[in-house]
Amino acid sequence: MLETFIIPLLQIAVLLNAVLVAVTFMVLMERKVMAWAQARLGPMRVGPHGILQAIVDPIKLILKEDITPVAADKWVFTVAPIMSLVPALVVFSVVPFGPDPLYYVADINVGLLFIVAVTSIGVYGIILGGWSSNSKYPLLASLRASAQLISYEIAVTMTLVSVILTSGTLSLVGIVEAQREAGVWFGFIQPVAFVLVFIGGLAETNRVPFDLPEAETELTGGFHTEYSGMRFALFFLAEYANIIVISAIVAIMFLGGWMRPFPNVEALAFLDLIPPWIWLIGKIFLFLYVFIWIRATLPRYRYDQLMRLGWKVLIPIAIGNLVITGIVKVLV
Amino acid sequence: MTIEAPRRVGQAFDTDELVLNMGPQHPSTHGVLRVVLRLDGERVVDADCVIGYIHRGVEKLCENRDWTQIILLTDRMDYVAAATSNLGYVETVEKLMQVEVPRRARYIRTILAELQRIASHCLWLGTHAMDIGAMTVLLYAFREREHVLDLFEEYCGARLTYNSMRIGGLPLDIPTGWDKKVSAFCDLMEPKLDEYEELLTNNRIWVGRTRDIGVISGEEATALGLCGPPLRGSGVSRDVRKDEPNAAYEEFDFDIPLGTRGDTYDRYLIRLEEFKQSIRIIRQALEGMPEGPVMGKVPRLIKPPAGETYHAIESPKGELGYFIVSDGRSTNPYRFRVRPPSFCNLQGLRRLVRGHLVADVVALIGTIDIVLGEVDR
Repeated sequence: MLETFIIPLLQIAVLLNAVLVAVTFMVLMERKVMAWAQARLGPMRVGPHGILQAIVDPIKLILKEDITPVAADKWVFTVAPIMSLVPALVVFSVVPFGPDPLYYVADINVGLLFIVAVTSIGVYGIILGGWSSNSKYPLLASLRASAQLISYEIAVTMTLVSVILTSGTLSLVGIVEAQREAGVWFGFIQPVAFVLVFIGGLAETNRVPFDLPEAETELTGGFHTEYSGMRFALFFLAEYANIIVISAIVAIMFLGGWMRPFPNVEALAFLDLIPPWIWLIGKIFLFLYVFIWIRATLPRYRYDQLMRLGWKVLIPIAIGNLVITGIVKVLV
Repeated sequence: MTIEAPRRVGQAFDTDELVLNMGPQHPSTHGVLRVVLRLDGERVVDADCVIGYIHRGVEKLCENRDWTQIILLTDRMDYVAAATSNLGYVETVEKLMQVEVPRRARYIRTILAELQRIASHCLWLGTHAMDIGAMTVLLYAFREREHVLDLFEEYCGARLTYNSMRIGGLPLDIPTGWDKKVSAFCDLMEPKLDEYEELLTNNRIWVGRTRDIGVISGEEATALGLCGPPLRGSGVSRDVRKDEPNAAYEEFDFDIPLGTRGDTYDRYLIRLEEFKQSIRIIRQALEGMPEGPVMGKVPRLIKPPAGETYHAIESPKGELGYFIVSDGRSTNPYRFRVRPPSFCNLQGLRRLVRGHLVADVVALIGTIDIVLGEVDR
């Protein structure tokens, strides 16, 4: 009873709350980092240096009027944000924050496959949201989004396969353990895959320079133009939760997950004093920072350029990487 | 509205064209411009610009105002470049009245006009880059524009609508130490330009988004009546400052940057080069600043002799012309007509966007650098 229900439920409760709080603080972090990059201060009014902005923002969104357009397909319009958020949160169940079963909700032997499958459900939320709004801009944006997510999904999945070949397991815990046995992070063994998954991650989470589905300056707001209040907030949460998921996956697969740097160097053993979950969260935040940094620096791709990059550059490289990994695996 | 109803295209899949209304409330139409796009997928088949959302009848208002009161109304046309609007108007009236303007006044006017060009181009660069997704450039450009506005504030007390010139000269001489601040600004601005270039000029995404977008040949640009950077981007050497020098431009050394391909990237490079040329002009003007009065001999009551005249200057956006008719009896113009560069350049939009994607429409609205206050008047 305790083992099967109560502990997992507690874990889920802690995890969900942690993720949602992390999202609100990530929004604050994004605003602050962007502000520093752009020679301004960012939010400063609520709390010291605007820290409480992270709490005020969600409160504002909850209190806002919730508008459903008359012409919208009401049922689908309501379901779409939920369909977008739920998969983004479910994925966290297989993210291991440490070696101990206490640190993860589930360690399933097809963990990576589970993540790929569940995150692709999220795109339905975007398509349905754009379509059910019955408005032209969201429709265009959701068409863009679906094409973009599907194309980059292929590149990312192809790349993940080469990592699976290296690790020999689909379980995320197993992948980290494989890195411990290899004595080196997979980021050093598979640098091409590392870069590809990161770029694909940018595209799958609709971040700059691939933020076409929500290109404010082109499509006024993208697929969520007609959404307001908490429903908009659900899309927003989903987007940022996805960013955290992608960062976590990249950290686990290429930067050794919860392990300290250079796990095979004995001289650095004192770093083990820091608990594993802090290492993983630190690595996740490193990627979040890079995501924001990229947003502050780069312009946006155009739709056709984006598709060209996905199909003509990333996918061939991913396949090439897979083939080379396979050959090396057979020879060594 | 001249746009046709959507028509069926293609046989097998029975696809329709989509009419998309962009604006007047859209983040990248630079004001209240409305563009009705006819789309085939994301490709623009045709576009129609609907203007007039902030038409205030400035021209007609001017016909009922005193000659000096009109300066204030010209501020409200191109409100991001009010000083050049002032300059065009006062010079036109001076031409009509055959007034001699003191050399010092002409020098200061040149400095103001060039500072204004820098401020206006900063706004253009920021919004253009923002439309294409590079958000940081906007704030960097506004940071420098702020310095120009501070200089204007110190000179005439206003930051946006300056009312900074008078018929026959200037209302005020420059404050003590102002020239040093302008010179310090020039030193500050030059490295900042490299910063912008670092972010954009060799950025693959930026080049991909602007190269070969909205290509227009020199002949076509001339035929459409384009002016300013969009015309020079197509390689046509036309700059009023060189061709019909006004203010003190004939005394300074500067180059007119020209494009070769006539695309958005060329127009971007031209405006960046114009920053540098403006700084060059300002430096020369500060160095050779003559002494003397800043106001010429003008009658107390301004009443130009009967006649008509057209005078143009090079505003940051292109050729800004004023056509004024005076009947010689009243204290207001008989006919007042502006040739606004934004309006003329906006005519080119329909031609430029055809065949491009929705995302390019935004880039192209940015590249022609319009101010709706001037388009609608």
